[in-house]
Amino acid sequence: MPVVKVLTEGIGEVNLRDIGEYRKRGGYEQWQRVATTMSPADVIDLVSKSGLRGRGGAGFPTGRKWQFLPNNGRPRYMVCNCDEAEPGTFKDHLLLEETPHQVIEGMLIGSYAIGSNHAFIYIRGEFKRGFDIFSAAIEEARAAGMLGDNVFGGEFSIELTPHRGAGAYICGEETALLNSLEGKRGEPRLKPPFPAIKGLYGEPTVVNNVETLAFLPHIVKNGPEWFAKVGPEKSPGYKIVSVSGHVKKAGNYEVPLGTTLRELLEIAGGARDGRTIVAIQPGGGSSACLFEEDLDLSYDFDTMAAHKTMLGSGAVVFFDDTTDFVKAAHALVRFFAHESCGQCTPCREGGHWLELTLERLLHGGGLDSDIDLLVSVSHQMTGLNLCPLGDSIEPFLASVVKRFEPQFRRYVKHAEPATV
Amino acid sequence: MSVSSTNGKAPNVTFTLNGATVVARGDETILQAADRHGVEIPRLCYKDGYRPDGNCRVCMVEIEGERVLAPSCCRLPAEGMKVASTSARAKSSQTLVAELLLGDMPGQGASPYKRDSELDRWAAWLGVTAPRFPQRSQPAPDMSHPAMSVNLDACIQCGRCVRACREEQVNDVIGFAGRGDHSKIVFDLDDPMGASTCVACGECVQACPTGALMPANNVGLVEPDKKVDSACPYCGVGCLLTYNVKDNKILYVEGRNGPSNHSRLCVKGRFGFDYVHNPQRLTKPLIRRDGVPKSVALIDPDDVDKYFREATWDEALDLAAGKLRAIRDDDGPQALAGFGSAKGSNEEAYLVQKLVRTGFKTNNVDHCTRLCHASSVAALLEDVGSGAVSNQVSDVAFADVAIVIGSNPTINHPVAATFMKNAAKAGTKIILMDPRRSDLARHATYFLQFNGDTDVALLNGLMHVIVAEGLANEAFIRERTENYAALKEMVADYSPEKVAPITGIPADIIREVARLYATANAAIIFWGMGISQHVHGTDNARCLISLALLTGQIGRPGTGLHPLRGQNNVQGASDMGLIPMMYADYKRVDSEDARHKFEALWDMPLDSKPGLTVTEIMTAAHDGVIRGLYIMGENPAMSDPNVHHAREAMVKLEHVVVQEIFFTETASYADVILPATAFPEKTGTFTNTDRRVQLGRQAIDPPGDARQDWWIVQEIARRIGLDWNYSGPADVFEEIRKATPSMAGITWERLEREGSCTYPLEHEGDPGEPTIFIEAFPRKGGRGLFMPAKYTHADEMPDAEYPFIFTTGRQLEHWHTGSMTRRASVLDALEPDPVISVHPDDLTRLGLAPGDPLTLESRRGKITGYARADRGMQRGTFFMPFVYNEAAANLLTNDAVDPFGKIPEFKFCAVRASVGDWVGAAI
Repeated sequence: MPVVKVLTEGIGEVNLRDIGEYRKRGGYEQWQRVATTMSPADVIDLVSKSGLRGRGGAGFPTGRKWQFLPNNGRPRYMVCNCDEAEPGTFKDHLLLEETPHQVIEGMLIGSYAIGSNHAFIYIRGEFKRGFDIFSAAIEEARAAGMLGDNVFGGEFSIELTPHRGAGAYICGEETALLNSLEGKRGEPRLKPPFPAIKGLYGEPTVVNNVETLAFLPHIVKNGPEWFAKVGPEKSPGYKIVSVSGHVKKAGNYEVPLGTTLRELLEIAGGARDGRTIVAIQPGGGSSACLFEEDLDLSYDFDTMAAHKTMLGSGAVVFFDDTTDFVKAAHALVRFFAHESCGQCTPCREGGHWLELTLERLLHGGGLDSDIDLLVSVSHQMTGLNLCPLGDSIEPFLASVVKRFEPQFRRYVKHAEPATV
Repeated sequence: MSVSSTNGKAPNVTFTLNGATVVARGDETILQAADRHGVEIPRLCYKDGYRPDGNCRVCMVEIEGERVLAPSCCRLPAEGMKVASTSARAKSSQTLVAELLLGDMPGQGASPYKRDSELDRWAAWLGVTAPRFPQRSQPAPDMSHPAMSVNLDACIQCGRCVRACREEQVNDVIGFAGRGDHSKIVFDLDDPMGASTCVACGECVQACPTGALMPANNVGLVEPDKKVDSACPYCGVGCLLTYNVKDNKILYVEGRNGPSNHSRLCVKGRFGFDYVHNPQRLTKPLIRRDGVPKSVALIDPDDVDKYFREATWDEALDLAAGKLRAIRDDDGPQALAGFGSAKGSNEEAYLVQKLVRTGFKTNNVDHCTRLCHASSVAALLEDVGSGAVSNQVSDVAFADVAIVIGSNPTINHPVAATFMKNAAKAGTKIILMDPRRSDLARHATYFLQFNGDTDVALLNGLMHVIVAEGLANEAFIRERTENYAALKEMVADYSPEKVAPITGIPADIIREVARLYATANAAIIFWGMGISQHVHGTDNARCLISLALLTGQIGRPGTGLHPLRGQNNVQGASDMGLIPMMYADYKRVDSEDARHKFEALWDMPLDSKPGLTVTEIMTAAHDGVIRGLYIMGENPAMSDPNVHHAREAMVKLEHVVVQEIFFTETASYADVILPATAFPEKTGTFTNTDRRVQLGRQAIDPPGDARQDWWIVQEIARRIGLDWNYSGPADVFEEIRKATPSMAGITWERLEREGSCTYPLEHEGDPGEPTIFIEAFPRKGGRGLFMPAKYTHADEMPDAEYPFIFTTGRQLEHWHTGSMTRRASVLDALEPDPVISVHPDDLTRLGLAPGDPLTLESRRGKITGYARADRGMQRGTFFMPFVYNEAAANLLTNDAVDPFGKIPEFKFCAVRASVGDWVGAAI
């Protein structure tokens, strides 16, 4: 079994929330090394060479993202995205609560690399416990001299501010997050301009995921090759995968990228007894389904993309042969419709309308033509929205309608068909 | 940022649109470039002039190489980009948006609220008919506002109203609440519109594409017979607008893209037009019945028949002119006087002063400028040689710092205030100085709530700091000013520590503000009647001028002096010489050169003695010196200070001719009443606060037998022996060009074509000069004059007997004496009763609750109004608009005047307060 312990090292064994415990295991040594012996360019170079790609969903190369910041003499901001709300994803939550100092160390290294003197972490509103733990950790780190003015007696000063969201899924989208952080309504901004050019308070900003940043101390410590040599060349490194659905042992598993879906299923205890996995949603609620014939695919960014789906935030949901995909589609569409910020027409109106249509179908009021309409409208909506939320409906819906069309057709004639 | 601007500095971009090569100018968006090339792309949330928001997604285009579609309203083309607005994918997307939105409309069809709904138009253009989707449940209409209806069932969440409210007018009332399909616009915290802080500017109504926000009474469904481009009849901002007319009635008003308003209007301009259709309009000439004597009591307009009888025009004009002529011939010209109006056109103002000067043969002609900015004009003429503004309101955008003092622009110049608020949002630091905290304070960097009456002390304190800290602009002072030593000596006495206890402003704040103004790259000063309406009004204005001269903050864009003019044509009326000491273009009547010029122009000898001012004329009438008075469009029986005295004076007059559109309070004292035309019924030019001469065009016919004002003036002129033969306003304007060199280059044809010209514009074809004093001041020697001013007190200070301060002004919904606005249904519904603003602590002290009757009494009169709690008031001070005849604020005010500008002290007198019994009904 390819389970590893990099970010998850020590979790469940010792109290890593305690800065003393964290430092006993080498914590903050890399931050000190970076701040006292390396230049920002060195750090960017290191991270670029490691091949680290964003662990929040888009998988964009982290080093490259950092290099987009203009040299315009303006303040820059590092923002850590801990709004983790993608259905099926629960890995950042773990890091936040169990190993907050590792996240702080990553944020400090990242801030240093991009030249930000003020970093923010945007924590999902529901993570009250995590917020409290993290806030306490910041104070411990400050007391230990890890952040503040002229850290380690050098010229670099860094402030770190935690901010709790208020329960909107859309605030995980980076520009909506920035609006929310500024105290505005959590609505995505039009891109371009991208946050690298005009982000928080209109200044150059990097938004990185918790897991992405948490890898930084390890990459600094072990060198870029240590990371780059793991897994596929273009999609290297380790990943915490949140596995859930019809498996025996749902949970977070840290694995090298390139592990197969079947291995992930086995790590999670396999399918329930007597059941067969018929579909896999490999990258959170916004990803299209794969099916049982795809179980041997390598789980990495590029393989998933090549199969018209995505690795996303690393949330893998397994569906077995008891699944009512009409109900599953309805649940997911309802989620996206509910979480639409309402700003742009297709997402606000289209999402809601798709939800109503599925509801009608579930209650026996559907028409045969509704099924084609579901596919055509969700397709028409895609690529049309102001942010990716509205585009998130089609992949799952279209993939399961195509694969399990008879289930949908059955509902046209029967309010509650016996599907199980 | 992908928002377009119009600076045009970016290079042109060549790209492909639907296969054709297109060149985008500068930073044009794809949509703008497409528009200019005649390629139609649907759009809903986009509105020309507003920040594009890109939320509706109906303008989506496909860009080669991009995964997702792009909103053409926001996206700038790049060199070589291949854009398709008509590809299958783009079309399919545009169609889906229209279909989804149409599915949301009531009945899934055309908007039931607006004839020309933009959604209907684009849905039809895209071929969307019946949506494939079930209809959603819709919110109930909100009819709580008298001017506007809210029909959210037709709302498409495009957010144009939100941008209208927050970014254009900066009133911050409309916002979005809820998420997803629950997302909706709300007023404040989801209050009914009528109960919200909405100021009814109606920008949202103008912005709404579907009729979800509409003027009340379904006027959006009626097709107008015609649209007439004209201007606003209210304040000096000079907004341009369009009248929508059907069956000789104004249906509704829309803002037009004028240089001073960018299509914006306020509640009066947009919703205050139906006074013209009020049944109380005068439609027949009236003559006082024999044996019905005049008395001080006002006559109820509904009782006019008891006092007056109808007459033919000939009879009325013969009587009006005959008696004026008889008085002139019996007692000499000094027994006559005439009042013109700042509400009339330039042509009317010109004719009235010409009638008085050449027909009455006296300079006893004046108008309400005497009551508003006479002191400002006196100081400006004295110190910088020109009475008009040096820079236009829009210059605030180029200013780093703007001082706004003694002015409440969100109330009195609402559209000008929007530009100040826009500038504040873009970084201009506003320094608001006023004894009363107004809405602008919310946008100000500094708000100095100084004690009333202490302007000179405060301003001298600022100048003291500038001199003491070496922040004076020595080069400017040396090269362009005179009498600096005297100023320096005067302000030496006004250290911040000395001034702080007088003004109530801490010394450190005075220092900070002085430094901010003096060191700004460009700083402008706006002021209003809080400066001018004092017995030291001229001194107040002199200090502001000195402040600008001292720092060299004048003569460049974004700098200068801007007294915000009140009436729509108060600038023009003064320019036309409707004042007793000057001819047109501010040529003094006691200057021989000037007199000879006008004697030649008018072909008769003229009186060289300056005439009497408004308040002096009333005193002379009281004393029996003046016996005959011709009043065109003024309402001194409401607007004069100590108005009981003015009413007594008018009772004493032998012959009063009133030319009016309504039976005003002043009409109560008339012998002959001549029914005249309202603004939308006539054509003429009006000069706004920015020195812009703008054309008002006739949109409707006057009611009954009401006649054009220029015609009435001419008929009187003819009957007192003048050989006038003007054919109309254009003809009069030609003569104005001869009389007024600074406007000589403006032609009627150009006004008809462009609608607005800025003077000075001396030669035909000149562009006009938005900024003046660039190189010199139009004084002898070309230098600006420092006129030091000493801090003095108001004429009447509070004492044990009259312990409170009383100050007057206007309110947003009403205009001056209310003759128009109290007869405008929406405005009267919004503010129906006399209100007295008072600090809540004073209310408690008096044992009153908000809304209780409150009686105020000065040495001159007593009134009762409803108390309104206002935390912007200083304790110990009452404020009241002078619009309500059932509680006329001017019964209390003091008629002491400034010795230079002869302006009364409307802003300060002493009163005592008590619990009121009842508030009378409007007369």
